[in-house]
Amino acid sequence: MKQLKTFPKGGVHPADHKALAADQAIRRADPPSVYVIPMAQHLGKPADCTVSSGDQVTEGMVLGSSSGFISAPVHSPVNGTVKEIVTLQLPNGQKTQALILEALESQEEPPVYTPSEDWKNLDKQALLERIASMGVVGLGGATFPAHVKFTVPKGSKVDYFIVNGVECEPYLTADYRLMLEETPGILQGIDVVRSLLQPEHIVIGIENNKPEALRVMRDAVEALDFPVEVVPLKLKYPQGDEKQLIKAVTGREVPSGGLPIAVGAVVSNVATLYGVYEAVVLGKPLTERLVTVTGQGIQKPANLKVKIGTSVAELIEQCGGFVKKPVKIVSGGPMMGFSLSDLNTPVTKGTGGILVLTEEEVDRKNTTACLQCGRCVQVCPMGLHPTRLYKWIDHLDYEAAAAEGLMDCKECGSCAYSCPARIPLVQGMKLGKLMIRKKKAN
Amino acid sequence: MDTTDTLLVTTSPHIHQGDTTARIMWTVSACLAPAGIWGIYVFGLRALLVILVALVAALAGEFLAGRLTGRRTLTDGSAFVTGLLVAYNMPPDVPLYIPVVASLFGILVVKWCFGGLGCNWMNPALGGRVFVFFSWTGGMTSWRFPSTMQTVDTISGASPLGFVKTGFSELSGEAASVTGYLRSAGYPFSPMDGRVTAFLNDTFGFSLSNGYVDQFVGNIPGCIGEVSALFLILGAVVLFIRKIITWEIPVFYLGSFSLLMWIFGGTAGGQGFFQGDVLFHLFTGGLMLGAFYMATDMVTSPVTRKGMMIFGLGCGFFTFLIRRYGSFPEGVSLAIIFMNILVPMINRVTGPKRFGFAGKERKE
Repeated sequence: MKQLKTFPKGGVHPADHKALAADQAIRRADPPSVYVIPMAQHLGKPADCTVSSGDQVTEGMVLGSSSGFISAPVHSPVNGTVKEIVTLQLPNGQKTQALILEALESQEEPPVYTPSEDWKNLDKQALLERIASMGVVGLGGATFPAHVKFTVPKGSKVDYFIVNGVECEPYLTADYRLMLEETPGILQGIDVVRSLLQPEHIVIGIENNKPEALRVMRDAVEALDFPVEVVPLKLKYPQGDEKQLIKAVTGREVPSGGLPIAVGAVVSNVATLYGVYEAVVLGKPLTERLVTVTGQGIQKPANLKVKIGTSVAELIEQCGGFVKKPVKIVSGGPMMGFSLSDLNTPVTKGTGGILVLTEEEVDRKNTTACLQCGRCVQVCPMGLHPTRLYKWIDHLDYEAAAAEGLMDCKECGSCAYSCPARIPLVQGMKLGKLMIRKKKAN
Repeated sequence: MDTTDTLLVTTSPHIHQGDTTARIMWTVSACLAPAGIWGIYVFGLRALLVILVALVAALAGEFLAGRLTGRRTLTDGSAFVTGLLVAYNMPPDVPLYIPVVASLFGILVVKWCFGGLGCNWMNPALGGRVFVFFSWTGGMTSWRFPSTMQTVDTISGASPLGFVKTGFSELSGEAASVTGYLRSAGYPFSPMDGRVTAFLNDTFGFSLSNGYVDQFVGNIPGCIGEVSALFLILGAVVLFIRKIITWEIPVFYLGSFSLLMWIFGGTAGGQGFFQGDVLFHLFTGGLMLGAFYMATDMVTSPVTRKGMMIFGLGCGFFTFLIRRYGSFPEGVSLAIIFMNILVPMINRVTGPKRFGFAGKERKE
């Protein structure tokens, strides 16, 4: 058998727990009566709020406008009234302005979206503007504004456009369901981006623990009038990371501190491409996303199509509530997600999953002394020396840590996942990176 | 929703592979157990007493250090492993103050004076062993024949390595193998050895001489825990499966040692190059215990796979050097300690290759 592709260095193999929700077909979550819409739902500058308390808004209307090139607008998911503008702390610790939106009793009036089947006649600039104006961002978790990613800098050429169907985070199955159920939409999204990037090759990377998705996508690309290769990848976390995926598929290594375009590659998640399809072909702004609600603690695991701004508590209730006492509730995947302290936290553009974790799934052992076992060094996909970086940070010498590659750390969590001494390595890296960024800003 | 006040909030990752320091240490202890039980079986209850004394001393030292530093480390199993390894490196008839001193020296001086678990640069058990070896060499080298060698009338006897070291190397001119020398010099073998050797030779067409089976199973005089290569290897297999040790150190250690012994080992008896008795040297002395359980000590071995290979190579080289040319019959402890000293340097030159620097010099 041919050796499956994967990235060569580091990585871990956590139990994937995807069976919990993998067979749950996508269903639409019931719309709530109150929405919380943060202005910072993407990487870059938060959107500028364009409405004020008491305003009537309609579905699809802009609530916050893009405030720069690396920014994205925020749209209303519903017809309703702006009740209040508050300051909110997001699960990642960021403080942001947020609108409290009360839905109107009747939502009969259908939103006016203008499908444009003739997008092929639009030029690149118009297409990019369209993607930007619909608030499409990377839905894999990083929430990088999509129009920025799809703008090829002058003098650069795209050899590989890599479609990320890896979904390497355990538990999460939203991308998997999307590939099975919304295949045509994803392919149209690929077509749109193809016209923007004009890549040499288009490759869809899917890990071999999703044979059904591999089959469906393979069958679907047959019918296209342009070549797309579906590549099965050997299961290994964090293969869904941009740099690791490029390495796995092309063998090219994005330089430290550089962007994928430096090696002629652009990576985009399947959910993002579906968002591009909705924005460009259907004319629908990004006001909904797929969320996997799963974990041993939830009654009925599900893959829900959720309106942005719906609270976590609402989704948990719609999935039948808790079956076991939840110990930790995580927004995102178990390796990189954020644990929640408040279930009124809203689903934002970056929320790929809600995990209700029970005592047996959560690790809560005490930290002991570092054994120098080297496991963190061996699993780090970036070739860093996590325990040494942690020691620098622990001694407040952030520059020393940065000199040894701290800023290359993606917080994938492989090190802390493997550490027998249970040292909170990722916490250390996050702190170190924050301090370096603060120093740079001053 | 009355749960929000009890939710756990931490940074990612929220799941873990499962190992803890304590689990690793207790697994190592469990894997060491069969070899110790064999030692008690062949050397009698005196061996059990030595093991218990060494363990109690090690745990007492850990308790004391924990009291002084305010850290609770008694249950993490690391002191237990140290005590066990100290005991395994003792002859069964050792005066009891020797294991006590060795354990306390290992725990208090070698480990805690440098900051406790994870901070020591030398394996505590080895440090303790070497300290008492040079302090009370007589007590540390008085051997006893195991009970399984029923043909022997005398109780005390030389370990095969020591016997060969003192006799064989002076036996210049005569072409004889190591085991041939043992036989001709009247070194006893167990009845089991004769039966199993004959069986192997008849069934598989080997031409094994007598003695190897004894050395492999542990029917030889030696330290309590090191005589049975068989049980040490069985325990090591579990450590491999549990991924507590990786293959690099043992394979490079035993490989480089075997190769050197094969090439140069025979020159002592005048047999010339490529005549060394590799099997004899692999299964006698503390090599198996050292290669699988002491050289692989996480704290005192390199962190990268490449570093571990270099470390293993060095251990093999120095063990060979001491056994072949040194004045001691045994070289495992000193070789590993010497390589322990080099670990920071090995770590420095074998640091991980950073991602994103393909074709470029790694930034230090």
